[in-house]
Amino acid sequence: MSLDTAETRTERPQGGGRRAYLSLYKALGRGWIRDRSQIFFTILLPLMFMVLLASVFGGGDTAASRIVAVGDVAVLDGADPEVFTVTGASDLDEALAMLREGDADAAVVQDGSTVRIYPSATNSTSGAIAAGNLSALVDDVNVEVLSAAAPNEPVLETDIEQADGGALKPIQYLAPGILAWGVAITGVFGAAGTIVDWKRDKLLRRLRLTPASVGTFLSAKVSVNLTVAVGQTAVFLAVAALGFGLHLSAWTWFAVPLVLLGTLAFLAIGVVIGGVAQTSPAAAGLSNLVTMPMAFVSGAFYPLALSPEWVQWISYASPMRYLNEALQSVVVYGEPPSAVLPQIGFLAVFAALVALLSWKTFKFDEL
Amino acid sequence: MDAAIEVADLRKTYRGRRTGEVRAVDGVSFRVERGEFFGILGPNGAGKTTTLEIVEGLRRPDSGEVRLLGRSPWPHSPELTRRLGVQLQASAFFEFLSAREQIETFAELYGASKARAAEMLDLVGLTEHANVRCEKLSGGQQQRLSIACALVGDPELVFLDEPTAALDPQARRNLWDLMRGINAEGRTVVLTTHYMEEAEALCDRVAIMDAGKIKAVDSPAGFVRSLDAPTRVTVAAGQVSDERIKELAAGEAVTGGDGTVVFETRDPRELLTALASEGALDGLAVRTANLEDVFLHVTGREWRA
Ligand SMILES: Nc1ncnc2c1ncn2[C@@H]1O[C@H](COP(=O)(O)OP(=O)(O)OP(=O)(O)O)[C@@H](O)[C@H]1O
Ligand SMILES: [Mg+2]
Repeated sequence: MSLDTAETRTERPQGGGRRAYLSLYKALGRGWIRDRSQIFFTILLPLMFMVLLASVFGGGDTAASRIVAVGDVAVLDGADPEVFTVTGASDLDEALAMLREGDADAAVVQDGSTVRIYPSATNSTSGAIAAGNLSALVDDVNVEVLSAAAPNEPVLETDIEQADGGALKPIQYLAPGILAWGVAITGVFGAAGTIVDWKRDKLLRRLRLTPASVGTFLSAKVSVNLTVAVGQTAVFLAVAALGFGLHLSAWTWFAVPLVLLGTLAFLAIGVVIGGVAQTSPAAAGLSNLVTMPMAFVSGAFYPLALSPEWVQWISYASPMRYLNEALQSVVVYGEPPSAVLPQIGFLAVFAALVALLSWKTFKFDEL
Repeated sequence: MDAAIEVADLRKTYRGRRTGEVRAVDGVSFRVERGEFFGILGPNGAGKTTTLEIVEGLRRPDSGEVRLLGRSPWPHSPELTRRLGVQLQASAFFEFLSAREQIETFAELYGASKARAAEMLDLVGLTEHANVRCEKLSGGQQQRLSIACALVGDPELVFLDEPTAALDPQARRNLWDLMRGINAEGRTVVLTTHYMEEAEALCDRVAIMDAGKIKAVDSPAGFVRSLDAPTRVTVAAGQVSDERIKELAAGEAVTGGDGTVVFETRDPRELLTALASEGALDGLAVRTANLEDVFLHVTGREWRA
């Protein structure tokens, strides 16, 4: 009646922590892959948002301004068909009706030397773009006329180098924003849901009674989340580039460390939520309560520059804003990592503070 | 050699905002020797799980002292947990893994082989269900898997918190055999249970726990002996005359009703012989005192598991 275990125990390999880490990583990773709802949240939902927002904000550079010419509008005669699609209307009322219906972006009336422009109020963004394009057209015509009249006068020419690398296609600002949002919801919902699951199924209590330490288990769990974030980023950027014409800069690889850092910050937020919530619906609700407003004040779906000033102020406190900015800089504008050091610094400090908060407030007894 | 478990004056009070204070464990002391099969028997809410969790090192007591294989369970030390096998009251599994993947993961955490994992799965009769996801296993199957996970690390000391709670009678008997086997291999087993007959069938010693306190500790036989309760012999009424019943009772209590006569006797052999010689054994039932009576005696309350 003796235990035959004394010898086998001394034979146990050193570095059991590493082995334990790997087997936990494997077990948790498998669980993740088999959970279809995770795939949906992590991969499909951000892609759905990209499709949705890309179509809301228009197809990008292919869209010429749709102009309704009321009567004879001489200035449009030399218009570049790539910039303007011109249709006619017999009177102003008919043209304005077309604007209201969203069938045109601007109406134009030429009355002698006055060109009157009616931008669309229905679609104010494309209305404003159309009006701007028309003004530029009028200026060009003026320059031509003046140059012909006084050929020896030097003429100032504007050469517009667009700040955003040429084409301000919606996908260029949408993609980093949606990616940042996707990383945020994956992190926050993932961590909050996991903590609540652990409270319910007591897995962590059971694991605390194995030779593996809680630290090993937690690092395996975080590693799975980080792996997921990298995979999510790769899939998302690939689809954005191949399917939506996003131009990836040479620095795009730096999105990986950015996303990893961002994920740590969002996981920490999720841990705080998971500490407060007692049920899965509560965890999901609280996660929504945090990530939804955060997305809207962070320029994830809509350029911050176009948002009200108070939104811009709030955004300074949001980690999503910094992740979004940093991703935009390196992926879209091709800036080197040194250009996003402030964002990296903020994310790191934010992650550290929230992690500290979650550590201090967490009740391990509940797990 | 140190005892497997030494516990002195454990106390734990839960403080909830709504529930107020619950004295879950209120001055508990006991000692479990190596190789012993020790049971903690008590009704719902007696504090069995809380006691076990403190002993295992999952909870800190408000006060009191725990020695587990000669050392403190707190803080966590791999050298100690490697020697423990634990089945918690609520089964705890990795989500979306099959039974085999589950136990293999636990095996790896304990540094045990895949072969050992397969062997344990077989021991609890789950080989057929090895590829079934844990959440699809029935309650009893989950409980058996949980026990297999507790054993996979070849532990010296095994904690089983109500292992038979969700099992059908057949599976319960099988598990009893299994637990006897575990103990016979030299492992110390600590079991909590609601079932009197389980404690009687398995345990070397039983602690009767109620309302956070251990009321008494003894072997099941010792309990019954010290209770010194009469054996109750029941037969169908109308087989013997009333005078004869009085004679047979020999001064001890007789009750009746419902078409039966119930004798209480200290000498069941003589009574049964007499009844047999008169051919009055219809509807015979003999009930000796058991842990249920002990519980009533010790706690002053009827058992209502
Ligand atoms: N986490 C907790 N927070 C607050 N009170 C608790 C907690 N766990 C248990 N209790 C209370 O402590 C008391 C003892 O509970 P415990 O789970 O130890 O009993 P038990 O003997 O294991 O019961 P059962 O047979 O139902 O498993 C109960 O009154 C219970 O309500
Ligand atoms: Mg219990």
